[in-house]
Amino acid sequence: MREMIISELSQALHEMARGFAHFLPRLIVMLILAFAGWMIAYVVKAVLRSILKLIRFDKLSENAGASQLLTKAALPSATEMFSRFVFWVTWLGFILLGVRVLGILGVQEEIARFFLFLPRLFVAMFILFFGLLAASFFSRAALLAAVNANVPSPRVLSLAVRSVIIIFVLSIVFEELGLAEQTMLVAFGIAFGALMLGLAIAFGMGGRDLARRFLEKRFVRGKNEENEDELSPL
Amino acid sequence: MAEVSFLTDDFLRQLMNVGEVDILVGLPTHNNAKTVGSIVRVIQSGILRGFPRERAVIINADGGSRDGTPGLVTGISIDDVRPASNLHALRTLHSISTKYASSPPPASGVAFRTILAAADLLRAKACVVLSPESANIEPEWLSKLLRPIFDDGFDLVTPTYRRHKFEGLLITNLLYPMTRALYGLRIREAYSPEFGFSGRLGSQFLGQNVWSDGNEGAGVELRFTLAAITGRYRICQSFLGEKDHVERPAADLVPALRQTVGALFSALEPNFPVWSAVAGSQAAPTTGVDHEVLLEPLRVNRKRLREMFSTGVAELGSVLQSILSSSTLAELQRIARLGGEEFHYPAELWVRTVYEFAASYQKSVISQDHIIQALAPLFRGRVLTFLMENRNASADDVENNIETLCLEFERLKPYLLHMWKSRE
Repeated sequence: MREMIISELSQALHEMARGFAHFLPRLIVMLILAFAGWMIAYVVKAVLRSILKLIRFDKLSENAGASQLLTKAALPSATEMFSRFVFWVTWLGFILLGVRVLGILGVQEEIARFFLFLPRLFVAMFILFFGLLAASFFSRAALLAAVNANVPSPRVLSLAVRSVIIIFVLSIVFEELGLAEQTMLVAFGIAFGALMLGLAIAFGMGGRDLARRFLEKRFVRGKNEENEDELSPL
Repeated sequence: MAEVSFLTDDFLRQLMNVGEVDILVGLPTHNNAKTVGSIVRVIQSGILRGFPRERAVIINADGGSRDGTPGLVTGISIDDVRPASNLHALRTLHSISTKYASSPPPASGVAFRTILAAADLLRAKACVVLSPESANIEPEWLSKLLRPIFDDGFDLVTPTYRRHKFEGLLITNLLYPMTRALYGLRIREAYSPEFGFSGRLGSQFLGQNVWSDGNEGAGVELRFTLAAITGRYRICQSFLGEKDHVERPAADLVPALRQTVGALFSALEPNFPVWSAVAGSQAAPTTGVDHEVLLEPLRVNRKRLREMFSTGVAELGSVLQSILSSSTLAELQRIARLGGEEFHYPAELWVRTVYEFAASYQKSVISQDHIIQALAPLFRGRVLTFLMENRNASADDVENNIETLCLEFERLKPYLLHMWKSRE
């Protein structure tokens, strides 16, 4: 009996040792991949940071309004954020490759899905950044045009333009990421509809006097006032 | 010979039929049927009186008129003018009209390029461009703009006018003083629809890379003057008389700023070696007086100007923050709160504002067009101060105030240079 137990134990230990002997090289490969990945990710981060500084990415981000959001959230600059993001994605990619080498059942599929998701993530980030840039540009254009045309409440108009574009961009981003597509579609419809309805009600009822003054100024008294101001600039 | 591929075959054929000319009169038009007939008669009369022995041609560059303007230009015969003036030309006077290709609205830059190309092909010795809207144009204008080129060897003749003291405020408060401070030459009307130039200056400018900037040569008249200054061509001024009051609604301010201030700012970078080396200014040779001021009372809505300035400063805070220094912006915000008679936008602050806008334009802190648009409400504030300062001013007082502003632009030029050099 005792001999049987010892035999079973030694067999189990042998199997464990054999298994570990099989696993150890893969673990070492994984660690090497992780270390090499860290090195590569670090270099990529440094190069990317230099390129972004060269093309004044922070300025672009400031124009897009993204920098203000980052500052409010006590986050680093857009260049730093983007460099770090690329660093982590690159390193994570190498770590997952290493995990794949380990041959753990069930993890393979998740890793494949992660790599398939990466391009969509980058496209979504691209859309978000340029969407914010477009929102900033068009809202500023609306603000300037409204101020120079002496339209009442120019900032509200500018904010409305910015909101509509951001809502539209966010809905595209979520659709691209495949996150709650139906929910986002419905949410976008509701938010957009509510915004338009709100503006209509605000202008039609809440701003009745304002609307009347605006229309009077535009079509009735406008001509006389304009005539008084007709100084040729050139 | 310059690039002429943008000219139509028909136009080239007509030019070849004309041969070489001594004088070319350029007339850019777009729906000017009401005025263009009388202007063509004045041109013909001016040529008959002043240049009967010279070979002359009128080139009409039309931006797609739908009111028959080109037909009116080519349909008027010189024989219609002769009986009235009892004058005779010894040469044939040609009139050619061409429609230039341009996406609407018609671009003055494309029209001017067409005229320059025609002048280059016809080897014109002297050219003059006239506005189709000048209601009070006189036959003598041609001699005044062309004689300095023919007789004295000048390359560019810019006009001076008799103006109301409150007309052309963008010129008196920004274009003239800034051009003078930057380039050191006192040219009153650097941006004008009427001017004369030599064939060699026209050919040189035609070959410059100013036509491919995507805005179809906006503000080309000002660029042309600046090219003459930086190219060290001989420039003079000629007094033409009263400038007619062109009805321009206040809404035209932004396009006017784009064409003039936009052109002036965008020329700063390529011309840096020239303007950075200039200090002070000198008078340009002038035939007749270099300015004349009319003083009739003019009704202006000052309250509206002040409101638009205050609203602009308040609403555009975030935009102005990225263009102006914090001290300048703070000072503008303080002024914007002042009411009625207390309102005052001092010359020094206005000059600093303009220079900071110029530096920001070069740095493209935001879209360059947005920078130009953001200047409009501030300009209204400066206009208001100018109106208040000169409400009861005599012609001399007005001129003194303009001169003071010009000197302020010259005094603060090192500030612009400092910003320019530290722009990175």
